Amino acid sequence: MQPTSHNFPENARGGLADPVLQTALGMARTGFPYRRQQAVARLPEFEALRDQAKDIKNHTLAHLDYYLELYERNVIAAGGQVHWAQTAEDARRAILNICRSVGAKVVTKGKSMVAEEIALNDYLENNGITPVETDLGEYIIQLRHEPPSHIIAPAIHLMKEQVAETFRGAHGHLDPARPLDEAQALCEEARTILRPHFLAADVGITGGNFLVAETGSSIIVTNEGNGDLTQTLPRVHIVISSIEKVVPTLEDTATLLRLLARSATGQEFSSYTTISTGPRRPGDHDGPEQYHVVLLDNGRSELLGGEFQDMLRCLRCSACLNHCPVYAAVGGHAYGWVYPGPMGAVLTPALVGLHEAGHLPNASTFCGRCESVCPVKIPLPKMMRHWREREFASKLSPKTYRSGLGAWAWVAARPGLYHTLAEIGGRMLGWAGKSRGRFRSLPLAAGWTGVRDMPAPQGRSFHSLWAEQQKRRGAA
Amino acid sequence: MSARDAILRNVRRSLGRGAVPVETAAALSERVATHRRNLIPARAASLPRAARVDLFIKMAEEVQTSVTRVACDADIPAEVARYLAAENLPAELAVAPDASLADVPWGDRPLLQIRRGKAEPGDAVSLTPCLAAVAETGTLMLVSGSGTPTTLNFLPDTQIVVVRAGQIVAGYEDGWDLIRERAANSGEGWPRTVNLITGPSRTGDIEQRIQLGAHGPRRLHIVVVGDVDGNSADGAPSDA
Repeated sequence: MQPTSHNFPENARGGLADPVLQTALGMARTGFPYRRQQAVARLPEFEALRDQAKDIKNHTLAHLDYYLELYERNVIAAGGQVHWAQTAEDARRAILNICRSVGAKVVTKGKSMVAEEIALNDYLENNGITPVETDLGEYIIQLRHEPPSHIIAPAIHLMKEQVAETFRGAHGHLDPARPLDEAQALCEEARTILRPHFLAADVGITGGNFLVAETGSSIIVTNEGNGDLTQTLPRVHIVISSIEKVVPTLEDTATLLRLLARSATGQEFSSYTTISTGPRRPGDHDGPEQYHVVLLDNGRSELLGGEFQDMLRCLRCSACLNHCPVYAAVGGHAYGWVYPGPMGAVLTPALVGLHEAGHLPNASTFCGRCESVCPVKIPLPKMMRHWREREFASKLSPKTYRSGLGAWAWVAARPGLYHTLAEIGGRMLGWAGKSRGRFRSLPLAAGWTGVRDMPAPQGRSFHSLWAEQQKRRGAA
Repeated sequence: MSARDAILRNVRRSLGRGAVPVETAAALSERVATHRRNLIPARAASLPRAARVDLFIKMAEEVQTSVTRVACDADIPAEVARYLAAENLPAELAVAPDASLADVPWGDRPLLQIRRGKAEPGDAVSLTPCLAAVAETGTLMLVSGSGTPTTLNFLPDTQIVVVRAGQIVAGYEDGWDLIRERAANSGEGWPRTVNLITGPSRTGDIEQRIQLGAHGPRRLHIVVVGDVDGNSADGAPSDA
């Protein structure tokens, strides 16, 4: 999809003013963090596993070339093929070529964020191939021609009434009077509609949560079973994944798997974790005749060795989205591209450019919850700060903003002046707001007072109280 | 330059080095070959084998799987018939054509219609063996092969899995070793597909309310056979 991350402020305002979105987000805000907390509390080793997972990913990234080559050798040894893709366009073309080589008309798809990243569906459609999303959430948003708003729950921005309306529109051959009031009925309808597609598809495309170097396997982690039907029934299975998903061994994968579902949905383990290695074997009764992996770089190799390398540890669990006050307020679409929330605020500028996505690392309160729940301990706030520094240094932010920040920095670098000005400013505000205790509006602060009151300062400043306490301690 | 070479070159350039030095490569190769285990939670690993069976059953039941224990293979047909009747399901089964199920005396229940092979679109119920069952999270480990088609795990509305009590292991790592052992000894090599299955199919994609049976099986029923010492009532080691 074309990024609209440069519109973040407008997108966010739209999200805040959308009552349906706010209801839907309200349900997400409490559900995911609560379930994660329950799962973490049941596993005393959770913290230690996070440290090990971080080490495993760091080790792999430090030797990424070695593990990629080992992975490739083992895919080939198992009868599969690897297609390296430097760019999204290369990946799209590789997939199209495979589809064309077998005369594919319809392809089924399991949920894949990398497929979203390369905008695969539009490309296939423009080239005469019909992609059918089979994950329930992805199917819903495909029918609505919307991008996903969450990396594991793509339709989290919708209420069931909207889904019902979408299904009534798309499934016109069914009885218009059928009841679709309950989520159960909607799931049943999607199951019934999609089953024939699974059976008829020529090619099945899935993502890959992990690529195991030791065995040349790709792994998908799902709950619905759609990914398994997608990759088992058609003649050809294509895996679209990216280079940082490689893991040395199954033992290393087990450690990451112990963290993934708990961090994501709060499940002990997802319903289906599937390890796929090559095509159907001679004695097999089912499974694809061809197995292809499209291995995407798309800028990731550039992140190695630099201040954003840690981002490549990401398991795409969504814990950072689920615990982010900004995501919970504005929803995923506001971020304007494929990856929302804190992980998106770090990854999107790297993949589509800071020029397009400079707002995203600014859309953070730096509360730090994202880092505290990340299963591989990615320092997300620190990296958002790196992006802000780069944005400032490359003069991408508006001039007024930059000169304001420059003036503040000039004052802040002179503690004596800063304290004096802060003292005077604080007293003046305190005096002016004495009667009401708060301000409904303030010059130069409309961004704040437009949506909430500014409390009037009371009493003495922190600095003067601190200085006094230090003096007392020194005397004691 | 091929895309492959360009990507590997970029990776090395970003890491500030050339190809991995020979000594490092040897150490990495060693790391992979030894299958070194990382931290394994005590939950299952610290338990004696009999208690692992109980933990497996508890964890499986937590995720809406039903579990019944029987003494031996001879009891499987009666248990399957009971389950199908209780769930009001047709008495028709697609059964994995696997040697490990050869001793199940289906003839004792002539009303059960048995077809051996992969799943067909209309199949309502499947019955499969498994390679292992992981106590830590109540997870089944199934591998594809000449006796175990993968479609049996996903197409039918109901899946019944036969687990020998002796197949219940503590963690996933024990399962990996069993796959490696099978790959080395069975002549079928590394399986095309390994399915780790923890409960029936589900989705929370609409308002985060969990619905069972999104695309895969709506019901998962496990029959645990025998005890952990490999004894079953008919005297044969159950995981032979």
